[in-house]
Amino acid sequence: MNGIYSRPLKAVAAMLAGAALTIVCTSGHAQDKPIRIGLVTFLSGPAAGPFGVPAKIAAEAIVDSLNAGKVPAPYNAKGFAGTPLELTIIDEAGGATKQVTELRNLVERQNVDFVVGYISSGDCLAVAPVAEELKKITVLFDCGTPRVFEDASYKYVFRTRSHATMDAVAGAMYLLESRPATQNFGGINQNYAWGQDSWADFTAVMATLKPDAKITTSQMPKFGAGQYGPEISALLQSNSDVIHSSLWGGDLEAFMLQGTPRGLFARSQLILVAGEPYLHRLPGNIPDGTIVGARGPNGVFAQKSPLNDWLRQIYKERADVYPNYPAYSVALAFLGLKAAYEKARLTNAAPATEEIIKAFEYLSFDSPAGKVMMKLGKGHQAVTGTAYGSTLAVDGQVTIGNIKYYPLERVQPPEGVKSIDWIKSGMKPGKW
Amino acid sequence: MSQLLAVLIDGLIYSSWLFIIAVGLTLIYGVMKILNIAHGSLYALGAYSAASLAGYWINQGHAPMGSYAVMLVAAILVGLIAGPVIERGLLRFMYGKDEIVLVLVTYAVFLILEDFVKLVWGVDPYFLYQPYSLLGSFDIADLTYPNYNLVLFAAAVLIGVVVAWVLTRTRQGKMLLAVIHDREMSAAMGINVGRVYFITFTVGAILGALGGALTAPMISVQPGIGAETIVLAFAVVVIGGLGSLPGAALAAILVGLVRSAAVHYRPELDLFSIYFVMAIVLIVRPKGLFSIPEARKI
Repeated sequence: MNGIYSRPLKAVAAMLAGAALTIVCTSGHAQDKPIRIGLVTFLSGPAAGPFGVPAKIAAEAIVDSLNAGKVPAPYNAKGFAGTPLELTIIDEAGGATKQVTELRNLVERQNVDFVVGYISSGDCLAVAPVAEELKKITVLFDCGTPRVFEDASYKYVFRTRSHATMDAVAGAMYLLESRPATQNFGGINQNYAWGQDSWADFTAVMATLKPDAKITTSQMPKFGAGQYGPEISALLQSNSDVIHSSLWGGDLEAFMLQGTPRGLFARSQLILVAGEPYLHRLPGNIPDGTIVGARGPNGVFAQKSPLNDWLRQIYKERADVYPNYPAYSVALAFLGLKAAYEKARLTNAAPATEEIIKAFEYLSFDSPAGKVMMKLGKGHQAVTGTAYGSTLAVDGQVTIGNIKYYPLERVQPPEGVKSIDWIKSGMKPGKW
Repeated sequence: MSQLLAVLIDGLIYSSWLFIIAVGLTLIYGVMKILNIAHGSLYALGAYSAASLAGYWINQGHAPMGSYAVMLVAAILVGLIAGPVIERGLLRFMYGKDEIVLVLVTYAVFLILEDFVKLVWGVDPYFLYQPYSLLGSFDIADLTYPNYNLVLFAAAVLIGVVVAWVLTRTRQGKMLLAVIHDREMSAAMGINVGRVYFITFTVGAILGALGGALTAPMISVQPGIGAETIVLAFAVVVIGGLGSLPGAALAAILVGLVRSAAVHYRPELDLFSIYFVMAIVLIVRPKGLFSIPEARKI
């Protein structure tokens, strides 16, 4: 009898033991399984050098620091609530259509848990509806167009940096405080969402703050044009008091290289909305007195704090230079996501997507650039104050002086009001 | 009046640049019937090599004026290395295949070279801005232009004249024209067609690299510059008629002037201007301005 049944019983016992072991191993694996984050940033093309690569370096340094539990409080728990992070990095170059495909690949084939990405406004506008369709939490970290949350409403999409309206508002305020006699202004901006929105906002703010200032010319070269000879001639002939530009990356560098020997910046006051990453790349080609922004109190505008010291240190160790504003943008995204994840994780179990979304909406969190509040776009769009300054060459190095900080109530539209409508109605300070 | 003059000057400078980046592409197509997408990568390699070598030259404290010669040498070196490697190593095995296959092959080369550039030079930009302002500047129509623009104009004219002279006045050039006209008959008459192809592709590669080297002082040299350029060069070559040297010259002038006029008078049309010219020309002459009538072979 025993002989007949002993073999099947042993087999069943072995199977049960195996199954139990499998369950134990699986649950153990689930504990150690890292949280996979898809990072989308420019690794090639004109935006890679000043924007995409600094963002990548910062993301890698931040993830390593988070996994080691070396981030200052309140972010000192390892990874996200003790679970380590793992990055999957994708090149943002190639246009919006490619990015939509890449996002699908990240979510459906590479099974990332979160997506953090996108520098280009065109890409942000393209991927946001797709992220919504895929039901994957996607944190836009650097793009500027206000249209993402003003023209649509998303559940799964967040943006942890302020949109571009404050760049135009504070830029115009700074300009008129330092040059109140401005009679006219021209502009050169890229012909896509970011450039068009920046110019539209800036002209609207100037019409509100200085109604008698006239627009001389608006140049709209295509993204990546590289050759700006005719545009520089047109700007020179316009005799503008001020030239506003939201050019960035290689386009800004080529424009500065070609405009400097032609005396354009000796003739007109230059204001570079996104000029901060350019400052240290070409000393000698950025004239003294150029008004420069960093799209928030980032980079050289960031004020001393333990978190700012931490970011500067971990970035300097990797890149041998201090972080520029795209590096700050990516820091805001990771710290915001961590804060939301840990707020949602009330038990030992990993929080559900819905719980993280609920925790993320209307969240306030500390960052190397100060306090960030998710107060616009039904709690999905961040707001911060911002800062501007003027360049001055000292011993061959470009420095920033005369820095002015603008609190968010002066530069941000309140919830439910479109930026352009708020600007045109006189930019009344909102209550935050 | 001064605005009109500015349109003309800006248009001619831009045309010069367009012709320089397109001439190698049209030469290779004219002789080999290969639409060489890798031309964009040769342009990028020329720009990177010039920025690296001439930058090194200047940083070592040598006479900055020597940087122009270093840029030229860099372009020739790139052409002499990359041209034969691509032609002997890959393209010669593809001759006789359909044109679209050759386009795909050169596109593959383009993608490989784009990654090669990133592997060698990384993704951070290179700058070689000194040669752009080194020659001083001239004033016209209340505008200041660096004399480097005159170098671009002179280079375009020189390249056009030399290539045209070689094609029409030398024995080698006439043999090349014979190959353009009828490859099989040329081979039957004793012309070494393979050698003609080899020389043509190498010269085309040098011209592509020269375009990049001459552009390097005006831009930030970084990954992706080849892709932007090949689209423009392709537009110019198509407008002029594939393989036509005078066509490429006229198309470059046409596109340069129209873009310049758009920037000065209707900036919002700038984005559209090149493709507007292309569309109009192709509606009127579907094979381009100077397309060569093809004899029907029976």
